Amino acid sequence: MNERTILDLNETRNVIIEIIDQVRGDRTQLLAVLRECQSRWRHLSPQVITLIAEEMDLSRVHVEGVATFYHFLSRTHRGNYTVYVNTSATAEMAGSHAIVKAFEREVGISFGETTSDRQIGLRTTSCIGMCDQEPAILINDVVFTRMTDAKVTKIVAGMKANRPVRDLVESLGDGKNALEEIHAEVSNHIRVRGPVFFTDFEPGTALKAAMNHGALEVIDEVKQSGLRGRGGAGFDTGQKWGFCRAAESETRYVMCNADEGEPGTFKDRVLLTEMPELIFEGMAVAGYAIEAKHGILYLRGEYAYLKDYLENVLTKMRQEHLLGRRILGTRFSFDIQIKVGAGAYICGEESALIESAEGKRGQPRNRPPYPVTSGYLRRPTIVNNVETFGAAAKIILNGAAWFRKMGTPASSGVKVLSVAGDCERPGIYEVEWGMSIRELLAICGAKDVLAVQVGGPSGQCISQNEFDRKLCFSDLSTGGAVTIFGQKRDLLSIVHNYMEFFEDESCGFCVPCRTGNTLLIKALEKIMVGNGTAADIENIKQLGKTIKATSRCGLGQSSPHPLLSTIRNFTEIYQKKVRADVDFLSQFDLKFAVIDSCVAANRKPNLEIDSEVVDGTRPN
Amino acid sequence: MEQGQISLTIDGKECVAKEGQSIVQAARENGLFIPTLCDFRSLSPAGTCRVCTVKVGGRFVPGCTSPAVNGMVVENETAELTDLRRALVEMLIVEGNHMCPSCEKSGNCELQELAHHYRIVVPRYPFLFPVQKVEARMAHLFIEHKRCIQCLRCVRGVRAKDGHEIFGFMRRGSDVRITVDVTDPEAVSEATAKKAMEICPVGALIQKRVGFRVPIGQRRFDRKHEKDGKQL
Amino acid sequence: MKKKKLVLATTSLAGCFGCHMSLLDIDERILDLVELVTFDKSPIDDIKEFTQMCDIGLIEGGCCNSENVRVLRDFRKHCKILVSVGQCAITGGLPALRNGIPVAELFKEAFLTGPTVDSKSSQIPNDEEIPMLLDRVYPCHEIVKIDGYLPGCPPRADLLWEALNLLIAGKSLDELNFDLVRYD
Repeated sequence: MNERTILDLNETRNVIIEIIDQVRGDRTQLLAVLRECQSRWRHLSPQVITLIAEEMDLSRVHVEGVATFYHFLSRTHRGNYTVYVNTSATAEMAGSHAIVKAFEREVGISFGETTSDRQIGLRTTSCIGMCDQEPAILINDVVFTRMTDAKVTKIVAGMKANRPVRDLVESLGDGKNALEEIHAEVSNHIRVRGPVFFTDFEPGTALKAAMNHGALEVIDEVKQSGLRGRGGAGFDTGQKWGFCRAAESETRYVMCNADEGEPGTFKDRVLLTEMPELIFEGMAVAGYAIEAKHGILYLRGEYAYLKDYLENVLTKMRQEHLLGRRILGTRFSFDIQIKVGAGAYICGEESALIESAEGKRGQPRNRPPYPVTSGYLRRPTIVNNVETFGAAAKIILNGAAWFRKMGTPASSGVKVLSVAGDCERPGIYEVEWGMSIRELLAICGAKDVLAVQVGGPSGQCISQNEFDRKLCFSDLSTGGAVTIFGQKRDLLSIVHNYMEFFEDESCGFCVPCRTGNTLLIKALEKIMVGNGTAADIENIKQLGKTIKATSRCGLGQSSPHPLLSTIRNFTEIYQKKVRADVDFLSQFDLKFAVIDSCVAANRKPNLEIDSEVVDGTRPN
Repeated sequence: MEQGQISLTIDGKECVAKEGQSIVQAARENGLFIPTLCDFRSLSPAGTCRVCTVKVGGRFVPGCTSPAVNGMVVENETAELTDLRRALVEMLIVEGNHMCPSCEKSGNCELQELAHHYRIVVPRYPFLFPVQKVEARMAHLFIEHKRCIQCLRCVRGVRAKDGHEIFGFMRRGSDVRITVDVTDPEAVSEATAKKAMEICPVGALIQKRVGFRVPIGQRRFDRKHEKDGKQL
Repeated sequence: MKKKKLVLATTSLAGCFGCHMSLLDIDERILDLVELVTFDKSPIDDIKEFTQMCDIGLIEGGCCNSENVRVLRDFRKHCKILVSVGQCAITGGLPALRNGIPVAELFKEAFLTGPTVDSKSSQIPNDEEIPMLLDRVYPCHEIVKIDGYLPGCPPRADLLWEALNLLIAGKSLDELNFDLVRYD
């Protein structure tokens, strides 16, 4: 090693020590440390990984494992400006493909590459929660929405001129998006305001009501309200809190799942933008109920632009004695810490979220034990969705009976929906459970609808025949995503997009999810190009069942849904694509298979043998 | 029944197990076979391969990470489960490059043996032909990533000479792979390499300079089938 | 009346003829075999092209070039039952280790820069008579419908013998004694 590299090494080490000191060497903050190093050096070199491991006293393979798990961390340089274009289904419908082309044209490189001067890197990414204002992109944590060709040109010019990304934001969104601390182009698009969220809320009132009730009564009230988890799984919230409180431990944790990654969902983004006090107070109420002192908001990396704002809200709440030591002058202490993800859908799964919050790879855990008995740092933990905490705070404030009056007997209260796709008014709808799809389509101005994806890719795709079905736990359950596809859409390419999403976002731990989804895509592609037979549809169904039955967590247990639900509800689309008259069709294409070798050998392909092909079918 | 014991049925057979045992352990102790790949002796179970999937109360659960519970009714060797397990073995085969004739582990390979158990002649899925480089920088061990089934037995069970973690798990999705800390090429001693090869169910971890000491045809599972073949 | 003999055809595509050697390894049972079957297109009797419809076709090797594809399709057309014999036919086998490496790179290594190449006269062969190399090696069942599989490298002689007897008796290969099956 020469003198120069030793100097560089020491300098890098000093910077890393400084970053680690900021989190007081806390190993659960490994992800935060890696995020900071990525943002500083735009990549995580082998040397940086080694230094972090040494300075945090972790094994190198552990740090490498974490550093390579998350989409926003990278071992190769992603450019001083990293452009992430969202390629989700709704983004593609809104024209993200043209935006991709525009960036390639303006920057002069392809997606997946970084310019040779390391100034600009182009990457794609999964849904960033802006489905109602696509095409949307992220550049160094700053969101740009409703992208156009002209906007791309301007932004690229700004990046080439070294301008701060924030300064490239031209118009600010509505509501608190316009605040200096957020300063985002993002719109809220709150189309229907209901009685639970997006109404006046006086901070402190829910906590006071909770303290008047007493902890056990709070849990009882939540049970009485019939509140069920709003993230999608729909577990009884009061019961979860009760189990956690009953688990013996000195320490318990309250975790708020703001890793809203299901394509088509964006309601938590709006709730956190407009009603953070309500959400945080809901967490404090939960803390009071289960006797926890620590709360963690796990914010998805895509929403990092909200972090400073949310930290300020927390500071203000501490000043007002709604958080911190001796809340409202009582002996109850509770505080909330924000942890930011780094691009991994799987972290929305509660045990993966816990692992990630502990600074590890976001891999789901084996269950049992469940988080209520062994969660964050192996202590009893409740993990609830953003919306669930908001609803709980309002329930404590207004009573279970008030909440039960809304919705249906089995699905009480309201649901905040994220509506996107082919409709006139995409955005946020707070509606009572029990609304039919037909009613919802009418309010949001959707006409000539081919299909509605309820609950995101992991939910169901329904056809016109089923538009009278109702949004509720016993019929169409949803974490909030409702995506509408008009008659002109190519459903199979949407299904393909969804399947690629699951393939990209699988953690890779168990084989059915890691490889099964890849095989499903191959089988779908065979049908899409016209090489499918009836047997291929059956094979997809079988494989889908196998993946669902044997996968380790919710991701794999629901990843075949885009295929299975469209095969069920749109059979004719598949039937039209497959050959019914043959029992075997080869995907082999001689023309394609020999082109590389003919080019390399500088000869003309001879495709004579293809002239007598009989589909490879057996003679009689 | 003694203190700390529980009873359960597996495919209708009454079984007695110790509290805290997994379904796989309970079955094994009662002379019943549930296939496993990632589960290994005293290592904490991982649940990566899923071939021990059983059915309890109408739900599919992995036998290695699910505790046996008193009164539990377990389905094991049903046609449905056999097909699921076979499908999982086939997925493991197509996602890698399991070319038995050129593999040092042939005859000692647990994946090969399970394929044989399920009478697999050709997987129902297309081969994916992954391209991955061989990690050969260490003095005593090489890693053939294409044969790795991500069971994580090495990650859980093998440490360096000085006790620190040297095997890890990196990347995600279909890109996942085991990794070894090669910043210290001496970390993997000859003894560690030997242990790594023994703990690996397939031919992903191979100790250098011991190849084919035992000829093909005279290995663990070869002898078993020769015997079984003669009994028939 | 004497039962009509079944007609058998065999070929080696991207294989090493090891599977054919293994067939010869049935030793004296080959005398029984010729009582039961006649060979049509096969390297065993050196008949180059099909002269009739055959009952059973045995395929050794996968498809690495256009000629392999032509022969395989010809077999499919002329055989009632087509069996993939050996790991190469079933999985692509040893030749498939090249799968994933760009063909141009393979040519360069094999014909231009490899250690055994005489660099003065080196060139990539491009005569129109030479079969075209495929982008990868394909297992036979990816190209035509295959009715049965006999694993092994090679499949052991006892396995081949038993399999042929099952097929001659009109039975399914599912009935094989699996202890005869080895994958190596």
